[in-house]
Amino acid sequence: MSASTKKNQESALHLENVTMQFGGVVSVNNLTLDVPKGQIIALIGPNGAGKTTAFNCITGVYQPTNGLIKFMGQPMVRTHPRGKDARIYKGENKDTYAGQSVLTPTPDQITQLGIARTFQNIRLWKSMTVFENVLTAKHMRAKQNVFSAILRANAQEEKRMREETMDLLVEQGLENFKDELATSLPYGLQRRLEIARALATSPRLLLLDEPAAGMNPQETFELADFVHEIREKYDLTVFLIEHHMDLVMNISDYIYVIDFGSEISQGVPEVVQSDRRVIEAYLGISEE
Amino acid sequence: MAGYICLILLIVTILENLSTFIPGVPQVLQPTSPLFTVLKKGAVYSLVAVSMNLLNGFTGLFSLGQAGFMLLGAYTYAILTVPASMKDQVYYLFGGCLLKSSLVDMFGAVFGTSGAGGAVAMVLGVLLAIILAGCVAAFFAYLIGLPVLRLKSDYLAIATLGFAEIIRAIFQWQKLGRVTNGANMIKGFPTFSSFNITDGSGGVVLRLSVFVPFLLASVCILLIVLLIHSSYGRAFKSIRDDEIASEAMGISLSKHKMLSFVISSFFAGIGGALFAMYVANAQAKAFTSTMTYEILLIVVVGGIGSISGSVIATFLYVACSEWWLRFLDSEMVLSNGFKVPLLRNGFRMVVFSVVIMVIVLFFSHGIMGEKELRLPGINGRPAGSKGAGKGKKDGAAAAKAVKEEKSSDDQED
Amino acid sequence: MEYVISVLLSGISVGGQYALIAIGYTLVYGILRLINFAHGDVFMVAGLMGIYFTAVLPITLSIPLVILVTVALGFTIERVAYKPLRNAPRMSVMISAIGVSYLLQNSATYVTGGQPMTYPEIPFLARTVNVFGTHTKWVVILTPFLVLVLVFLLTQLIDRTKIGMAMRAVSKDFETSRLMGIKINSVISMTFIIGSALAAVGSVLFFTNYPAITPMAGAMPGLKAFVAAVFGGIGSIPGAVIGAFLIGICETIIKGLPSSWDVSVFSDAFTFALLIVILIAKPQGLFGEAATDKV
Repeated sequence: MSASTKKNQESALHLENVTMQFGGVVSVNNLTLDVPKGQIIALIGPNGAGKTTAFNCITGVYQPTNGLIKFMGQPMVRTHPRGKDARIYKGENKDTYAGQSVLTPTPDQITQLGIARTFQNIRLWKSMTVFENVLTAKHMRAKQNVFSAILRANAQEEKRMREETMDLLVEQGLENFKDELATSLPYGLQRRLEIARALATSPRLLLLDEPAAGMNPQETFELADFVHEIREKYDLTVFLIEHHMDLVMNISDYIYVIDFGSEISQGVPEVVQSDRRVIEAYLGISEE
Repeated sequence: MAGYICLILLIVTILENLSTFIPGVPQVLQPTSPLFTVLKKGAVYSLVAVSMNLLNGFTGLFSLGQAGFMLLGAYTYAILTVPASMKDQVYYLFGGCLLKSSLVDMFGAVFGTSGAGGAVAMVLGVLLAIILAGCVAAFFAYLIGLPVLRLKSDYLAIATLGFAEIIRAIFQWQKLGRVTNGANMIKGFPTFSSFNITDGSGGVVLRLSVFVPFLLASVCILLIVLLIHSSYGRAFKSIRDDEIASEAMGISLSKHKMLSFVISSFFAGIGGALFAMYVANAQAKAFTSTMTYEILLIVVVGGIGSISGSVIATFLYVACSEWWLRFLDSEMVLSNGFKVPLLRNGFRMVVFSVVIMVIVLFFSHGIMGEKELRLPGINGRPAGSKGAGKGKKDGAAAAKAVKEEKSSDDQED
Repeated sequence: MEYVISVLLSGISVGGQYALIAIGYTLVYGILRLINFAHGDVFMVAGLMGIYFTAVLPITLSIPLVILVTVALGFTIERVAYKPLRNAPRMSVMISAIGVSYLLQNSATYVTGGQPMTYPEIPFLARTVNVFGTHTKWVVILTPFLVLVLVFLLTQLIDRTKIGMAMRAVSKDFETSRLMGIKINSVISMTFIIGSALAAVGSVLFFTNYPAITPMAGAMPGLKAFVAAVFGGIGSIPGAVIGAFLIGICETIIKGLPSSWDVSVFSDAFTFALLIVILIAKPQGLFGEAATDKV
């Protein structure tokens, strides 16, 4: 039932036949999924299943070998195997996009469209303070050019950025650490800061790559509330990768499960939880 | 901060003119004193060092093309300002220069060629030539940056080094002799001493040959500091810290790397023009990779990522190599007839390189690390212990060191 | 025709001398990911030692001695200037290399007084010989063969011996090799020893051809050899050798072009232009492996 309500909603992010092949290795195989606006969708799977690779395809770090990714209904990434890739291509739908123009935006162009992300292995700017980390992420949307910035003609804009940064830090409970080096924060707060930094780019879709990794149970518990909160407040759509099953089941509206790059199951948490294929993938029980 | 700059400019101007007003000042304040050589060269080099620090220290782009961009700046300045009357003499091997006039002559046609009008014409001509020198360097940086800025760390270093060598070869090519004077030097253009104010009989009334490089270098360094403390400066630092994170936060790598490269080269070009004014000639063979290494070592000694560090290190470096360590180069016989061993030509540079190696190996953060000198009245912060400690350390090296310190203070935000 | 042969011959011989230097660069880069800027200067110092040793010792003694002392120099440089920075950022190590280069050049200026020194004539190598109607020195003929023999021995060392295996392992994965109990430091020392020894041999050949040694004499051949190493795909020995021969030949061709074109000033610049084209078109060089960043 939930599955059908999902279909009726407008899609924020839509992946269609996305395949990522490195040399002869297929990391993501013909993945099709949909992230409806305003929902929290999870992508789960065992280690090495290709989750982060899928994220990297969405955020432009990798250019998928084949497939289409739409954001807010508009085609954002579109590729088909070319040259040497075409010869060694192992995936399906090789010719589906062949006639169409190739779209391969860079990560910053994708962020500009309104997709922000966090990283599995936290990537804060290490020489900067907490405050500067968030402030710098506001650079992209600032109305200024290099001359106005040098000559301080953008003072208004700079002031606005600083105020908004402070608001964001207060909201995330990081204001007391604002002048600390970002990397000196405890792990849980670093993850929080990464989320705050992502929010500073004013995204419409937030991609969280294992947001609970390294957190203790208490922090994980709080994280679930926190994700709900920011979704409401910023009118966000959230797409996350997570290993923590409790968190995923608790937080997600809908779940996709992949293994060896291919989708093996999808559904609302209760359905996925009891899916035999999922349990096998995680626990490695082979069929008799 | 502007206050500090004015103070320093005032101090150097007074120092340079003391000998005119007070006869019998110590040797060190006579116009021929190495002090003023150090100050001029220090001002020029600190601009170049800071421009290199912008690129290597703040943006994390390991580029070794600085000498090439200086060369472009130096030649642009020289070609544009050699007076028409000097052209045939300078370009005698090539039968004159393609460019018949100079910027100074052009302004001279408007403001007159003698007296106050001549002075205005020279200042405007020189200023415009310096700015164009920066622009030419920046333009070439843009062209070079398009292909090479995609390269990573050491590959970028070697590619930019290569471009600097290519530029050098082009400027030595005899076929371009009518513009570049081939491998020969271009001279006869206005230098720092051209700004000394003279009376009718040619006697110097007011010396400004230190003031001018200090003024130009301070303004440029000020602009770089303003850039570093702007939103763009933060974006540069983010790229240095983590490119992938910067990209994911919407900071375009290609755009910002290019911006940093072009701006750094612009100021390196201006630095080159100032260098030409300092040595009173422009010749391609001066701008070798050794010059780039020298500047890189200055940046490292000062602390990669510290503007004030770069400036302090520049003055220390120049003072040591041009002045304080000079005695190492000449043989010394003590009063009891004992000849001090090792002292002879070249020993200074050996000692010098050993000192640099020691700094690189044991004080890898340089003099300042990534910190800046803190002074009262700047950003409302009280004088930090850092600044005070620094003062004491350098204080031992007498008044000049204090002044160096001061000159670095203008880099404070 | 005679002209073409003489240009080709000297190109091959210069290329061979670059190859001997390039191997030092490529080995060190393969293992430490460091452009050893001081390598060209080690080569220059080897040349100077050749002059000073032959002044007091017979040639048969002084050449082995030059190789020995150069090896000691390379070893010492690694221990003193690079080893302490093992865990420092790559840029620091490179700056240290530039510092060593600066030190070697300045020391050479001090010792020689800055005057160009003349490399002694090594009777056997400097004797002229007639090949297809062109007169040339023995060294020109001998170089490519000597290079091939040395490269063959080196590849045998790397492919067949235990230390060679360790070197391959370390160049693949520094950290894992360390964890697997490979003595990283002795492997690194070994690469510096091999590199310096080859540079010393290269110096004997090179300076027999171009007998004037200034303190800067190592810088340009060093840079060119590095370019050769990049050209062939840094880390690959055959790549470095092929790259060096190509660069040597191209360079002599440019120098041999009619003097009315006046392009000999571009013989160095050409090398760099080639480098930049290669870096942009095929950043991993002819035989190198592409590396990717993990996100």
